[in-house]
Amino acid sequence: MIFSDHLLTVITFLPTLGALVLLLVGGKGEGADNLARWIALGVTLVTAVLSLYLWVLFDPASTEFQFVENYPWIGDSIGYRMGVDGISVLFIPLTAVLMPAVVLTSWSSITRRVKEYMIVFLILETFMIGAFATLDLAMFYVFFEGTLIPMFLIIGIWGGARRIQATYKFFFYSFTGTVLMLLAIMAMFWQAGTLDIRSLLSFRFPPEVQTWLWIGFFASFAVKMPMWPFHTWLPDAHVEAPTGGSVILAAVLLKMGGYGFIRFSISMFPDASHQFANFVFVLSIAAIIITSLVALVQTDIKKLIAYSSVAHMGFVTMGIFSGNIYGIHGAIFQMISHGIVSAALFLCVGVVYDRMHTREVSAYGGLVERMPRYAFAFMVFTMANVGLPGTSGFVGEFLTMFAVFQVNTWVAFFAAFGVILSAGYALWLYRRVIFGALTRDSLKGILDLDRREIAVLVPLVVLTILFGFYPAPILDATAASVGLVAENFANAIGAAPAAVAAAH
Amino acid sequence: MQSAITSSDVSSFASLAPAYPELLLAAGALVLLLVALFWKNNRAGVIASAAIVLLVAALAVLLFQPAGGILFNGVFIVDGFARYMKALVLGGAALSVLISLNSGREHGIDKFEYAILILLATLGMMIMVSSNDLMTLYIGLELQSLALYVVAAMKRDDRRATEAGLKYFVLGALSSGMLLYGASLVYGFTGTTQLDRIVAAIALDTRSIGLVFGMVFLLAGIAFKISAVPFHMWTPDVYEGAPTPVTAFLAAAPKVAAMALFIRVTTVSFGSLTHDWQQIVIFLSIASMVLAAFAAIGQNNLKRLLAYSSIGHVGFALVGLSSGTQVGVEGVAIYMAIYVAMTVGIFACVLSLRTADGTLIESVSELGGLAQKRPFVAATMAILMFSLIGLPPLAGFFAKWQVFLAAIEQNLFLLAVIGVLASAVSAFYYLRIVKVMYFDEPTAEFARVPAELNVVMAGIGFLVVTYFVTVGSPLTAAAHSAAGSLF
Repeated sequence: MIFSDHLLTVITFLPTLGALVLLLVGGKGEGADNLARWIALGVTLVTAVLSLYLWVLFDPASTEFQFVENYPWIGDSIGYRMGVDGISVLFIPLTAVLMPAVVLTSWSSITRRVKEYMIVFLILETFMIGAFATLDLAMFYVFFEGTLIPMFLIIGIWGGARRIQATYKFFFYSFTGTVLMLLAIMAMFWQAGTLDIRSLLSFRFPPEVQTWLWIGFFASFAVKMPMWPFHTWLPDAHVEAPTGGSVILAAVLLKMGGYGFIRFSISMFPDASHQFANFVFVLSIAAIIITSLVALVQTDIKKLIAYSSVAHMGFVTMGIFSGNIYGIHGAIFQMISHGIVSAALFLCVGVVYDRMHTREVSAYGGLVERMPRYAFAFMVFTMANVGLPGTSGFVGEFLTMFAVFQVNTWVAFFAAFGVILSAGYALWLYRRVIFGALTRDSLKGILDLDRREIAVLVPLVVLTILFGFYPAPILDATAASVGLVAENFANAIGAAPAAVAAAH
Repeated sequence: MQSAITSSDVSSFASLAPAYPELLLAAGALVLLLVALFWKNNRAGVIASAAIVLLVAALAVLLFQPAGGILFNGVFIVDGFARYMKALVLGGAALSVLISLNSGREHGIDKFEYAILILLATLGMMIMVSSNDLMTLYIGLELQSLALYVVAAMKRDDRRATEAGLKYFVLGALSSGMLLYGASLVYGFTGTTQLDRIVAAIALDTRSIGLVFGMVFLLAGIAFKISAVPFHMWTPDVYEGAPTPVTAFLAAAPKVAAMALFIRVTTVSFGSLTHDWQQIVIFLSIASMVLAAFAAIGQNNLKRLLAYSSIGHVGFALVGLSSGTQVGVEGVAIYMAIYVAMTVGIFACVLSLRTADGTLIESVSELGGLAQKRPFVAATMAILMFSLIGLPPLAGFFAKWQVFLAAIEQNLFLLAVIGVLASAVSAFYYLRIVKVMYFDEPTAEFARVPAELNVVMAGIGFLVVTYFVTVGSPLTAAAHSAAGSLF
């Protein structure tokens, strides 16, 4: 069937097409703004449906790349290559499903330059989906780095008071890390003679070369994830970004780092990954414990959630570099789950911010009296953030800790503190914002969720609980590919000691 | 010394075919000069339009030229590389005259001599690109330079322009002197001035220190023309002082011609001395990238900032040449094409900026809120800034991709790391322009933009954004075959 052969191309570039349509929409004033909103919503919804269709068509039993498109393109190096396997397939629906939520949450909170706002978000969607869908290393870089332009503008134009500092910090951290990856990509091209990710996955880089390539990729992904101590751009960017920007940043952009670690670092540089595993464990533990402690003392709700994101990403990196099947499985699950939960939490913050225009924890209290539905939704996401069994947050944390326990019990021991601390900051936040006496006059007139906000949050509540009790849809889709990655990793690092033994 | 020189290889007009574009340009410029002289009124606009037509005609002749070849007993060569670079020179020259059509009066260059001098400078550049002999090289270089010295100082009663012209002349003359000195040494140690015979002479002899000495002087002279650090001192002052249309011209076509010359001299004549000149090029490259990245941060004058930007980009282009390989030259060829397009686009934006009461805008801080007042100009400028940083998927990224690819192939890792980090630093000042235009509130009203500037901006913006689907593949193929003709 022709359509499904080009499904990835359609999903990737449909948002850009929508952006072009928006560009042609003229006029000023409320009418044009509304038209822009409806067009953006329509385009993102269609993309979301197509991405779910992709998930349905995806054959989870196969470890091969599916929906492959492959054409030569620029010179003899860069090709137009698309395809997904179990590692990447889920990130596409994650991105595409969250985009309508972003459009909806910006419906009334963005009143300035609405058309431009929708255009940059649609372009951003193309870059994000493209980064997960492409099978050409140079194109991966193009999509990965391309996200900087729209995100720079989103934070800079529609952000809060200190937006300029925040957006510069975001840009420079990401850009500096990523250009080093660019050099590593070029070195890989000359080593392997191709930029086709499928060929590169089966190419064995010499171990001493792997070390340098690994460092190049690490510079980029560690900033993107972000790993401690490269995370300092994240709280600023989150706090200053508009709600939609925070949602995308936490839910999708951070995941590109984790995806990169699995796709490139673990799969292509197994020897170096093995060699650096303890280093990554130390940084992961530092992220889990230190940023959890930092989260405890935050007075800004968004900043608190941002720090908790860093801590949760610590579990992801820990799981990935445990290198076994549970760890990688858990890391992917944790990323999907965190994508849903952190997005939902930022949406929740956006709800009260739109009403009160402050994110200070101390400005709230007793919201449950006026906003019971909001209190319920916020509770579900808080529990998922804590990792309560029965929510999606539990599965990923459990699997990653289970995996790392096999590799290094001390790492698992310290990671467990993160679970405790996350319960501390998340529940405390919930208590201070939702419970307590409703004493502030300004809060007495606050309204509960309206229909649009319910439409955004309910699906996320459902998904959070569904994946908590029934994680199979995610685990099944990824199982075969994760198995292959873990097996290759084990073979590669197993081969090295064997060779040494044979030499003796 | 060679017996072949006794008889000329030009036997008929048809045998001059490889030089048709140059002949057309030379004859056209002289005819225009006469016409303009005997025309009573000063019709600078008409002459400028005629010059554009002439440049486009020369471009057409160049593109449909049937065959290349070597002419005039070996001093003039037309190969794939020369044609590629000449196409860039002609295109850049035509576009930069086009974008200055409407702004001649307020910049004090609404004289018919302007267009004619531009034509002669372009002719000089084409001879530079096609030179196959140290003497044609010098003739082309001087024809170009002398015309440009005058153009830079054309706004006579403006102190800055006069200063710019004088500075340009003095430093340019110094560089010509160095170049000549180097050329004489090279001739002395190889016994020939013809570029492709020099390499043969070097191969016969062991590499003498005097030859290397000559080569260094020769390259230093050309480095002045491409304004690579440490020979860049004149650039910011001249860019700032010269009238903006002149700056636009200076920044685009002459850079291409000088770079083409640099490539031809290094790869053809000194191909066997790669290890000697490679160190020089690496040094020029690193110094240009780093100095430009840091020096531009403090600039508030838009033209000065663009001057440092152009220095930086020369550094990036030289990253490709540092490799000394065909891939590297291909990278430089792509880089220069994209650089010319971006430069013309930027200057189209700058020329279109003036406040409602007609004051020209020359400083970055005056751009505040441009995105709300003139969204199209601001969007084009922002796209070009992102492209100059080298962010994908814009054209500037693919330019950098190719040159760094070549450097990595030759294991020039230090150069590459310094280069990409310099590009990260340079992002700071490019982003400042985006920041001022998009994040700040408007401070002034902006005047309407002339139609031809809108066309140029739209065209270049479109190509920069859609590079990877529209021009990327054919340009890479063209650059590939151009570079192939040198190796």
